[in-house]
Amino acid sequence: MSLSPTLRARAEGLGQSLPPLLAQAEHLAATVILGEHGRRRAGMGDEFWQYRPAHAGDSARMIDWRRSGRSDAHFVREREWQAAQSVTIWCDGARSMSFTGDRARPAKRDRAALLSLALAVLLIRGGERVGLAGEDAPPRSGRAQLDRLTLALAGAEAEADYGAPDMTGIVAHGRAVFVSDFLGDLQGVEAALARAADRGVRGALLQILDPAEEEFPFDGRTIFESMGGTLTHETLRAGELRTRYLSRLADRKARLADLARASGWHFHCHHTGESAQSALLWLFRAMEAGG
Amino acid sequence: MWVIGPIGFATPWLLLGLILLPVLWLILRAVPPAPIRRRFPGVALLLGLTDDETETDKTPWWLLLLRALAVGAAIVGFAGPVLNPDVREPGQGPLLVLFDGGWADARDWPRRIDRAEALIAEAGRAGRSVAVVRLTDQPETPVFQAANAWAQRLVGFSPRPYAPVDLAGWATALPEGGFETFWLSDGLDHPDRAALLAALEQRGPVRAFESPRSLLALRPAGFEDGAVQLSAIRLASGAEQQVEVSARGLDPAGVERELARLPLTFAPDATEATGALSLPPELRNRITRFEIAGVRSAGAVSLTDDSLKRRKIAIIDGQAGREGLLLLSATHYLEQALAPVADLLEGSLQDVLLASPDVVILADVARLAPQEQDAMLDWLDRGGLLLRFAGPRLAASDVARTEDDPLMPVRLREGGRTVGGAMSWGEPKALAPFPADSPFNGLAVPEEVAVTAQVLAQPGPELAQRSIATLADGTPLVTRREVGQGQVVLFHVTANAEWSSLPLSGLFVQMLERLAVSTRPSALDAASLEGRIWVPQAVLDAFGQVEEAEGLPGVDGADLARATGPGPALLPGLYAGDDRRLAINVIGAETELSPMDWPATVPVEGMETRVEQVLTGLFLAAALGLLLIDILAALWLSGRLSRGLRNAPAAVLALAIAVQMAPVPALAQSDPSAQTNDAFAIEATTEVRLAHVLTGDSRVDDIAAAGMRGLGLRLFERTTIEPGDAMAVNIETDELAFFPFLYWPVTADQPLPSAAAYAKLNKYLRTGGMILFDTRDADLVRGGGTTPEGRRLQLIAAPLDIPPLEPIPADHVLTRTFYLLQDFPGRHANGGLWVEAAPPDAEQAEGMPFRNLNDGVTPVVIGGNDWASSWAVDARGVPMFPVGRGYAGERQREIAYRFGINLIMHVLTGNYKSDQVHVPALLERLGQ
Repeated sequence: MSLSPTLRARAEGLGQSLPPLLAQAEHLAATVILGEHGRRRAGMGDEFWQYRPAHAGDSARMIDWRRSGRSDAHFVREREWQAAQSVTIWCDGARSMSFTGDRARPAKRDRAALLSLALAVLLIRGGERVGLAGEDAPPRSGRAQLDRLTLALAGAEAEADYGAPDMTGIVAHGRAVFVSDFLGDLQGVEAALARAADRGVRGALLQILDPAEEEFPFDGRTIFESMGGTLTHETLRAGELRTRYLSRLADRKARLADLARASGWHFHCHHTGESAQSALLWLFRAMEAGG
Repeated sequence: MWVIGPIGFATPWLLLGLILLPVLWLILRAVPPAPIRRRFPGVALLLGLTDDETETDKTPWWLLLLRALAVGAAIVGFAGPVLNPDVREPGQGPLLVLFDGGWADARDWPRRIDRAEALIAEAGRAGRSVAVVRLTDQPETPVFQAANAWAQRLVGFSPRPYAPVDLAGWATALPEGGFETFWLSDGLDHPDRAALLAALEQRGPVRAFESPRSLLALRPAGFEDGAVQLSAIRLASGAEQQVEVSARGLDPAGVERELARLPLTFAPDATEATGALSLPPELRNRITRFEIAGVRSAGAVSLTDDSLKRRKIAIIDGQAGREGLLLLSATHYLEQALAPVADLLEGSLQDVLLASPDVVILADVARLAPQEQDAMLDWLDRGGLLLRFAGPRLAASDVARTEDDPLMPVRLREGGRTVGGAMSWGEPKALAPFPADSPFNGLAVPEEVAVTAQVLAQPGPELAQRSIATLADGTPLVTRREVGQGQVVLFHVTANAEWSSLPLSGLFVQMLERLAVSTRPSALDAASLEGRIWVPQAVLDAFGQVEEAEGLPGVDGADLARATGPGPALLPGLYAGDDRRLAINVIGAETELSPMDWPATVPVEGMETRVEQVLTGLFLAAALGLLLIDILAALWLSGRLSRGLRNAPAAVLALAIAVQMAPVPALAQSDPSAQTNDAFAIEATTEVRLAHVLTGDSRVDDIAAAGMRGLGLRLFERTTIEPGDAMAVNIETDELAFFPFLYWPVTADQPLPSAAAYAKLNKYLRTGGMILFDTRDADLVRGGGTTPEGRRLQLIAAPLDIPPLEPIPADHVLTRTFYLLQDFPGRHANGGLWVEAAPPDAEQAEGMPFRNLNDGVTPVVIGGNDWASSWAVDARGVPMFPVGRGYAGERQREIAYRFGINLIMHVLTGNYKSDQVHVPALLERLGQ
């Protein structure tokens, strides 16, 4: 697979059109690391919070001389306490993601990587710490992290036909995003979500499907193979299978939505035939929402 | 060849291949369509699903049928199927090949020669002797020779430009002994044909060949009712048929070309089609022949002779202008005599001489102006014929009294004489028989012709020589003198019945004809033919080609008079006598084409509708088409046709069948734009509507629409003009003719109209439309187009058909069509206004405030005062834009409205107010 060098450029381009993401942190938990999330109380940060009269013990450096000069008392300029959030993205690298039903459409993997990195761009611009699930790229802030994310997303394709979420490296009480087609066994997803709930991790499931998978535009005598060739199914009238296939797909989506709802996650299905912008907006809102 | 029903097969053993079809059926049935392998991640969801039906692992029966049919059609096609195969028994004994060889054979002569060649070659193979006979030749006993001797001579055979004449002679010239006859007939029933056929049938079997094509012929053209009457005939009546008759002749450059063309239509079941071709005389006189376009046959060509030519005769009446009774008019009898056979010119002598008439007739004209006389002499030198009639004026004048007048044949004595009147002795004089050297020689002199008055010729040595008709007492009645190449002829009596009863008699017409004043309208009679040798100038060959008649002997007029039609001694063509030409055509005025009626014993070939037709191509095409359908069907079965084409196979199938079986009928496409055009037209014409031209700038267009709305409201309030809602007009697409007035705001970046739109605009301006161009820049284009809008306007208006313009004069009708105005402000007040310039000869009448100006409406008004903005109101009727300041501004807006009202009044009432200049004169006349 070749995630082109332009992936980051395209991702940044996509991210430029959105305001910086300010994900609400639910907890003041151990993951609190100073960032740009106003905590509605005085603390360490960059944004002005209030002036307060200087107490004894305040060092002379802390006195705001410009404000103090306008009155007789001394004032200290307090800044708002800001915090940053850790977001871990799992982008499915299994072989099923390299499917595309039409040469004009990007493969599902391309779309998944693009959305993941765009989200990362937005989050990092907002001061969040972003990482990838697994060992390669633990959550960090700063634009240098984007380069590491880009490299990691462009990494080698997995051997498996279908992927399962990887929970390693997900910070407790952080946020997680799973981007996959979720066409494989759902047990891995269930296990991952259960473990995430245990660790207080909230997040979003983004299912990426090709329109061909949504419509099943096949007919006639056909042998279907999975991308890795491990699964095969032969039919004489593919058209006859359409309704049953579609109902199974709908069942799977409903199951995923149920799982997400049960564990306080968000679920969305995105088609590669649509604009990536809508999916990014959804991800943006899912990160913003109080989960 | 193996024949089943109407179909024969060239290689029937190939049909054995049809036995293979059931085998093919079995093989195909056993092989299901191949599966497609697809990579599809969704296969995980498919696991465990089973097919409901399993029967499609075999090829469906209809696809099998399709393939079997395709293969069957291919096998049949290769077996060489022939519809209506030609199976004929070879004949026995000598073979006589008989050509009619007349003009009617010419249209398909090569085909006849081919047929004859095939016959002769066939006879040669069978060892039969052959004789070939052309019935248009002189009868002689045919000689049977070896076939290959004839095969070479056949090439030189050609048809003759006349019909077979002596079939009875041929019947007697036939040799004894049995032989078979093949008659290549032209389809016409020639005289004595039955006798010849009977004689041939005595000798042996007869077969005939007739061309199925209809035979067309053209009758000689006649002249009637001022037009050339053409008539075409055909042999077989049948369906409606249209032929085109082409009139050919020399063009002014001397090159022969088609001068006119007339379509003639045979009505169904009619054998004759007639038509009239109206041509100017100059063109008509140049026609040398008519022919049916596209038919190569002497019968389709009709040469014209003098009978179509008509002379141009100018009649000058010395009493012109004198009011009098018609029958007393000096020229009435001349006109009556000449109008049917000649083209009469009217006008002054100077004018008619320019038209180079053949004859000029001066009826009682005494003296010509020196200039006219010179022109007349020039014309006479070039061969004109001047015909003069005497009369009271000539008798009273001193023309040719003392010396020879160049335009008079003889000198005249003073006064003339009157005989047989109340105050004179003697009886009215009758005419003497015409002398032998007179052009009138041979005309019978009616007894009732009498002369009561005449002018007298001065006796002289040449008088007797110059007299060509005399009275019984020897006084000259008609005298003639050669002038240059032309001649002057004087009738010593009047052209009306005042002095003699000559104009009342038929002799008068005959005399005019003899003088070649008029020409013979109908065919020559035998008397005028005889006694002359007619020399062929051009002859026709059987294919209708005109050839120079070099070395052909002349024809005696007596023979010509006896001949009923062209023959070996009288080829069709143009024959010249002394002073006239005679056309001998293949088809006479009474010729009828009657078809040959063959007896049942004679098999006729060529007329049958069952033509041998090879069907190989049809079957192979059907096989190919079926295979193409099979490809589509197979693709569809295996799901390889994409889903978007799911409904396509039926359409493709239908299309393929349609292409195979018949040309797709041209469907009348209903034009969707027609409907909208109609709606537009109805909307534009139900009420008077102001309109503005769309500029492409939406803001300007909105203002223009609002301006038209505001102006319409004011018109509605104050005048009887009650316009409907204003309309926006796209000059490229919309019809302009519905709008009396267009407001055209000019923007700097407006696209130029297309050529078609310019044509429409010019038509609009020419037919009474008005356009108000508004550059909206307050700066008139007077300064040479300094503003961008002004420059744009110059570009837009350059191709428009706009008359010269001038700044609006103070007395222009626009200043008083409804309100009295001198300023024409819009939002701007300082720009001027340009309108069509008044004619330079417009003068101010005495005591009138305005000049007597041009009629009509100025087609354009050009200004830059941004009137639309001052007129513009919004939906509630409130002005949209401020004009000026305070009360003065409102006053300016009011004047702007008044200008608009005046303008629309001007558009709708035209120059009505301008006509008020005539009011005093009208009142004065009423007062009387």
